[in-house]
Amino acid sequence: MIEAIMKKESALNKMNEKTYLIERSKSLYQDAFERLLKDKAAVAAAVVVFFYSVIAILSSMGIIAADWNTEVGPSYSPPSASFWLGTDIFGRDVFTKIIHGTQVAMSVGLFTSLIAIPVGVILGAISGYYGGLVDELIVWFYTTISSIPSIMLIISISLIMGKGLVAVYVALGTTSWVSLCRLIRGEVMKHKNRDYVQAAQALGGSKLRQLFKHILPNVTHIVIINASLQFQIAIKSEVILSFLGIGVQSQPSWGTMIDDAKLELVGRGVWWQLVGATIAMFIIVLAFNILGDALRDALDPKLKGKN
Amino acid sequence: MNNLIYFIRRFLYLIPVLLGVCLIIFFLFNIVVGDPTPLLLGKNATIEQMETLREELGLNRALYLQYFDIVKSAFTLDFGRSWATKQQISQMIINGVVPTLSMTLPAFFLSTFISLIVAIVVAFYRGGKVDFVVRAACIAGMSIPSLSYILFFQYYLAYQEGLFPIQGYDYGFPHFIPFIILPALIWIILSIGPDVRFFRTVILDELYQDYVRTAKAKGLSQVNILFKHVLRNSLIPVITYVVIQLPYLILGAILLENFFSIPGIGSMILSALNSNDFPVLKSLAVITSLALIIFSLLTDFLYTLVDPRVKLS
Repeated sequence: MIEAIMKKESALNKMNEKTYLIERSKSLYQDAFERLLKDKAAVAAAVVVFFYSVIAILSSMGIIAADWNTEVGPSYSPPSASFWLGTDIFGRDVFTKIIHGTQVAMSVGLFTSLIAIPVGVILGAISGYYGGLVDELIVWFYTTISSIPSIMLIISISLIMGKGLVAVYVALGTTSWVSLCRLIRGEVMKHKNRDYVQAAQALGGSKLRQLFKHILPNVTHIVIINASLQFQIAIKSEVILSFLGIGVQSQPSWGTMIDDAKLELVGRGVWWQLVGATIAMFIIVLAFNILGDALRDALDPKLKGKN
Repeated sequence: MNNLIYFIRRFLYLIPVLLGVCLIIFFLFNIVVGDPTPLLLGKNATIEQMETLREELGLNRALYLQYFDIVKSAFTLDFGRSWATKQQISQMIINGVVPTLSMTLPAFFLSTFISLIVAIVVAFYRGGKVDFVVRAACIAGMSIPSLSYILFFQYYLAYQEGLFPIQGYDYGFPHFIPFIILPALIWIILSIGPDVRFFRTVILDELYQDYVRTAKAKGLSQVNILFKHVLRNSLIPVITYVVIQLPYLILGAILLENFFSIPGIGSMILSALNSNDFPVLKSLAVITSLALIIFSLLTDFLYTLVDPRVKLS
């Protein structure tokens, strides 16, 4: 008898659990993650990004492509079984150089974001939340920065900092926080008068707590979307800086390899450095583009139900 | 009246922004970089030589005076002389703007026009095969670095096939045309991807508005809705997008001008960079910022004119 009741009860419990699971609404990120998983292109893009990141980490630890600087064959030998993408002017293997270049490209994207995101988020949040004079000052500051064409700012900063990777990080980082800052400011302004923030205030939450604990988690999706787009812009900008001669020095990057082609194509017909580096870059930039779009579709509540 | 006050206030806001731009340029070139004379004189310069050069270039003057010089140059457009060529910089800029604009203006208007048409077609067939293919092509095209496009087209179309001159420029109306076709073509290819994507989003944003549903319910045809209602309303962001890009046309395309030897502003930037010609870089930064500020003001004005709903406080 008791057993039967217990059985019934546990069955009921199970049912309750089930209904509970069904009725419980998904969080924004849960929902976004599920949407992303359904999007085959986005999953492929994420896999590509992961793959490139692994290559970049392995290469920076010296496990792969550490021998990019050794002469392995004759100068400018075309692609063959032993050199998949041929060799460069010094007889170095182009494929190995491309793998090493992954490290440079990913680090440019990463460090640019590491500069731009904190600056953009913190300034934007403070500006949007506190308003008043602080807001005026920050808005003035980013209006000023964005009034100088970024290429002029990048050139000036790299000229001053000297050539090299650090100059590239700083130049691209200082020019790319503005759009994020503007977005965050607008979004925080919208959120700060919402009920949940007022509730937090009524419960005695300090201003900083309201801002960082309550408002910021609600605008993080903007940061994620922005970072994904910022990453590929930084990778593409590295090529232009290499052309201007203010980019990476004394190690191969996709930018310097593409730039080398201006001396290799005419007369010599050496196309493999150009094509190899372009394809390597095309794949990762495309992946970030697709991922950025998919993230925006999945995370931006305004777009829901449109597609 | 309200609008007038807004315009005046908006106009006055130019001043702090311009002062800020000058401050950043001053900070970068006059403070952070310190002493440029070793760069200019080379390793074997004596201390006396460096001292005379500093005196000559006005680098021994008080800092606030050096800052004031930059601000003054933004208003008078008199930038002094280049360190490298000793020419008047304002004259150099005037000489450079003509070749630059002869390439960028036609390229810009053509690419905007083509992108707009493609975007309309794509929006019309949204969700279909055409839409998918065009979107995929745009995103793929945007993922190839600009330098690769230039190298490929210059090598293949100009060098190998001989369809266009490899590089060079001729002044005067009909003479420059053969030299700008290929760079303009590359410009169009480069900008068509982002442009189509932007215009498509703008048009689609309008398509989801309530008035479109009303028009549909009234029984208007798709074409009618798209051209008579949607397109007119999407003109506002389109105009903003176009106007705000105009100042960049003066700046030209550094890569294109260098590869095709067009003696424009872009080439000027690179040669100034290579010869550490600070005054030229500074004045180009000032003048392009000035253009950017003025054009952003212009878009704001246009906005209020085109869209009466935009009431500004």
